[in-house]
Amino acid sequence: MIPLHWYLIVAGALFCLGLYGILARRNAVAILMSIELVLNSVNLNLVAFWRYLAPETVNGQMFAIIVFAVAAAEAAVGLGLIISIYRNRQTVIVEDINLLKW
Amino acid sequence: MLDIFTLIGDWITGLLESIGAGPVVIDLVFGFIGSFIIINFLLIMALVIIWIERKLIGRIQARIGPNRVGPWGIFQNVADVLKLMTKEIIIPTGADLIPFMLAPIISVASVFLIWAVVPFARTAVGTTVTVGVLYIVAVSSLSILSVLLAGWSSNNKYALLGAFRAVAMLVSYEVPIILMLLIPVMLAGTMDVLQIVEQQGIWYVFMAPLATLIFFVASHAEAARSPFDTLEAESEIVAGFHIEYSGMAFAMFYLAEFLHSFTVGALVATFFLGGWRGPFAAEVPVLGVIYFFIKTFAVYFINIWARGTLPRLRIDQVMDFCWKFLIPLSLVLVMLMVLADKVAAAVFPGYAAVGGFVDLLPRAAVLLIVNVLVGAAAVGWVIRQGRRERERLAAMEIAPIERPAAGAAK
Amino acid sequence: MEITPLTITFGIFAIFALGGGLGVVLSRNLLHAALYLILSLFGIAGLFITLEAPFLAIVQVLVYIGAISILITITIMVTRRVMGVTDSVNNQWPVAAIGALFTFGAIVFVLVSNFHGRVAAGDVPADMIERIGLAFASPQGYLLPFEVASLLLLAALIGAIVVARE
Repeated sequence: MIPLHWYLIVAGALFCLGLYGILARRNAVAILMSIELVLNSVNLNLVAFWRYLAPETVNGQMFAIIVFAVAAAEAAVGLGLIISIYRNRQTVIVEDINLLKW
Repeated sequence: MLDIFTLIGDWITGLLESIGAGPVVIDLVFGFIGSFIIINFLLIMALVIIWIERKLIGRIQARIGPNRVGPWGIFQNVADVLKLMTKEIIIPTGADLIPFMLAPIISVASVFLIWAVVPFARTAVGTTVTVGVLYIVAVSSLSILSVLLAGWSSNNKYALLGAFRAVAMLVSYEVPIILMLLIPVMLAGTMDVLQIVEQQGIWYVFMAPLATLIFFVASHAEAARSPFDTLEAESEIVAGFHIEYSGMAFAMFYLAEFLHSFTVGALVATFFLGGWRGPFAAEVPVLGVIYFFIKTFAVYFINIWARGTLPRLRIDQVMDFCWKFLIPLSLVLVMLMVLADKVAAAVFPGYAAVGGFVDLLPRAAVLLIVNVLVGAAAVGWVIRQGRRERERLAAMEIAPIERPAAGAAK
Repeated sequence: MEITPLTITFGIFAIFALGGGLGVVLSRNLLHAALYLILSLFGIAGLFITLEAPFLAIVQVLVYIGAISILITITIMVTRRVMGVTDSVNNQWPVAAIGALFTFGAIVFVLVSNFHGRVAAGDVPADMIERIGLAFASPQGYLLPFEVASLLLLAALIGAIVVARE
């Protein structure tokens, strides 16, 4: 049996990699990919806790399935926005999309 | 004595235990043997399948097909494979090497992976996954990724254009496939493919013929076969996303396409035609394998027939057909079938959901009536749309073309 | 700690997940980053299988690798910049790295100190798929989140079409 804290360490490492990607990458699509990494780490955490603490219930898996649906919706809208921004400004580097900056 | 698969399985288990292998090693060895048999069998079947296809297409097109290499041309495919193996794999300049090499591999892998859950007989199946149906959908969506990678990494704008159109079409046709796979799942009450075949006292094609038809058409489109083959139409987009592939890499795309059509036949046979079921198949599993392949080849024959007969559709016609006809039809069909099933179960006392041939007759009758009604409504709607379109075109009063006097142009 | 096949499987899929994650945040070529993302998602699907949640693993492959990754790859191809190679990270990447490391340390400390060495509380019941299906359909279960998620997906569908139209 694999101890629970191994799964939690993997999920935590993925979360922090995604966090670094969101903060440090310049390309909007790369930031969105890092957001997907973060959401996946959350899912892994949920399912690991479900398996180790309450495997007879369905709550852990249901939560993870709803997170799948939300991540899919957010990725679709986010990518549509990025394509629309590219059409208008010809760039997807987030530093150059600064019309509203004071 | 008749159950040869269990006999062989027990003999191998005994052999491994006598050398002191643990249960994990036994599972690993069985997994390896199973995948070895399935993959080699499919690769050898590919030669037979492609030969059948070329002869049949030839006959449909009023010609003979390959008949030089061996009697009736049966070694033509061996010659083709030898040629493709010895051809150079030309890598275009500026091509990204890793996606370029990965795309054909993923394409072939996604077809082979489907065969892991298809039951050949009552006791011969690759593996039993509780969510077999969902697994099949998931691995067939991997082939879309390979199309995209191939189109992008070829560094060629025709390949990219072909890849975008291909992805749009493939992603759209996944929706009717998933919706129509809900019908056998609903009828059998489980997502396990082995159980779905077990529950088919009456074949599901008699309970849901419209679902079979929609599933067959959508899978035909998913395999990108004519009339849906705008992705690789030689006269239009010059082979689409696999322009830059030659040699063994192209051979893998070629193999993946034909095996995908064969797999479509196998899936229709499993979900709707009763899989390995037939007279005496439950007692003698080898008969089950034979029935399964007869059904698969029958559906594959219809596949080739459609390919040879129907003209190619334009990409916008393909997308319209999916989104404006197949998807609403499948949604309506699923809803009405479930409604009819539940209402009939509540109203009739002897309505059984599971059982043998005779028990399932009331259910089959109710669902068949629903399917026929929905099918008639759909056909009536299509006929009315066609009539309206013809009236619109006739009302436009297109003037005849002015032709120059005969002899003036010579 | 014995090395069982389960441990080896966990190790392989964890390496896929973490290696893919590193590739996503460090890769200069955006398409390679997308491929690394697919590797990472596949690793997480494998980890779901080791956690005895096969339904979630297959839904992960279907939704993430089969749909979202394709969307991301198409967006990368459409929004390609042809003028030169720009940096992949911005000026504040040292601060981001230190922040991420600090967060990682905090997460690991809190989680490991509370859940160190915990083993499974029991076995997963065999009819888990039926229970999930029933929970989606029962009012005392998760019927409301199911309907709200479908409304959310409808809104996202309409929104994406409107935003990305010409």
